[in-house]
Amino acid sequence: MRKVIERYSANERLNHWFTAITFVILALSGLALFHPSMYWLTNLLGGGTWTRILHPFIGVAMFLSFLVLVSRFWAHNKLTRNDARWLARWRDVLNNREEGLPEVGRFNAGQKLLFWAMLLTMLLLLISGFVIWQPYFAPVFPITLVRLAVLTHAISAFVLILGIIVHIYASLWIKGSVRAMTRGYVPSAWAKKHHAAWYRDVSGS
Amino acid sequence: MALQSLDIKARSATTTESPSVRKTTRVAKLIDISKCIGCKACEAACMEWNDLRDVVGVNKGEFDSPRDLSDQSWTVMRFYEEEPNGQFEWLIRKDGCLHCEDPGCLAACPAPGAIVQYANGLVDFHEEHCIGCGYCITGCPFDIPRISKKDSKAYKCTLCSDRVAVGLEPACIKACPTGALVFGSKEDMIDHADERVADLKGRGFENAGLYDPAGVGGTHVMYVLQHADRPQLYGLPIDPIISPLVSLWKGVTKPIAMLLLGLTVLGSFFHYIHVGPNETDEDEEENEAAS
Repeated sequence: MRKVIERYSANERLNHWFTAITFVILALSGLALFHPSMYWLTNLLGGGTWTRILHPFIGVAMFLSFLVLVSRFWAHNKLTRNDARWLARWRDVLNNREEGLPEVGRFNAGQKLLFWAMLLTMLLLLISGFVIWQPYFAPVFPITLVRLAVLTHAISAFVLILGIIVHIYASLWIKGSVRAMTRGYVPSAWAKKHHAAWYRDVSGS
Repeated sequence: MALQSLDIKARSATTTESPSVRKTTRVAKLIDISKCIGCKACEAACMEWNDLRDVVGVNKGEFDSPRDLSDQSWTVMRFYEEEPNGQFEWLIRKDGCLHCEDPGCLAACPAPGAIVQYANGLVDFHEEHCIGCGYCITGCPFDIPRISKKDSKAYKCTLCSDRVAVGLEPACIKACPTGALVFGSKEDMIDHADERVADLKGRGFENAGLYDPAGVGGTHVMYVLQHADRPQLYGLPIDPIISPLVSLWKGVTKPIAMLLLGLTVLGSFFHYIHVGPNETDEDEEENEAAS
């Protein structure tokens, strides 16, 4: 019989998918105002004005949800020397040659880097978002700060969206990942193959 | 509003050409500060023509009334008490949109067609397309657009685009009793300004000159200043340009970012095609146990 182990609890999964849904809405509505070729995406939220009104509120919701996620996964995302060794062999990683790679804990170095990149960009998005939030907050900030904030918001969002594209692709590429985040469990062979150190910890073997 | 008799030279958040086959004279308003007596007839005319009524403000012991531009006040007189040459001078500037040839508001606006620049040079806000994001404020080097507290749309001087489109002069020009405000083709206004500057120099204002800042491509509202070497005396920026932060944000960043996002999606897909999925043999355990 196939042995399975729990990878994400029900609350972790709900937390992840709430963050993911808000992210998708934010990315699409944000791109709508970023480039004219994407303006049609404002229709998703009911037009340009509704996009302007809703985007910041959804943004705050995403940040709060992500903050809970961060507190859940913080301990598993500390970067170690092992992670540097794993990253140095990115060619093997990308070519599915996992044999002989340094052992991976609950998250690999790529996942950890994404974790920290998301935390950094979301902090920047939150702060700059408040500075440009019309009509509530933007009027109280000096114009140079507002100008800096629109640029920061655009660049941070770009980095975050780039990171999430890679994140989504990786979950499709590494078979079993999507099931881990939807159903919560992984086969023990999967855990042993991709997260050997974590597998040892949770299986006690 | 759409003005059929005027072609559009530039349109916000639009990457293709705007309708532009008709030839129109480039127009300009010239504000001769040396002739302004601060009577505020232009303010009244602006309110009258555009159906605006600002709230009654508070007197702070100055002549400035209203105190600032707003969705209801598209032009205001600003009174500066200065001593530029050791002698007291009362400098009165009619503030409002300068209608830049290279408008920062239009560059920053994300809503297609919410800001247009007509072929004659006027920059106009089409509030029905405005989404209220305030990016025009971010883009403007002169602090002109105001977001209405009533409808969250941006408003500013239209230079009476509706009047100009049918051959009339802007309402403020019609009301000015001293000839401080004149309106015509940009060339004529520059010629007229040259005469005024020569006259002022003859009267001892050595540094008199025309304020038509090149950093924003010139403007369609120009000033004759007695002290053109010190526009800051009148509350005007010395060498206004669209902020480099805005240019960076709305310039190269946009196409490059979109390209990189597209390439990342494409690259991911090609990686899948090239390397293939990373699959786990779920029976591996038994095999390992056997070996």
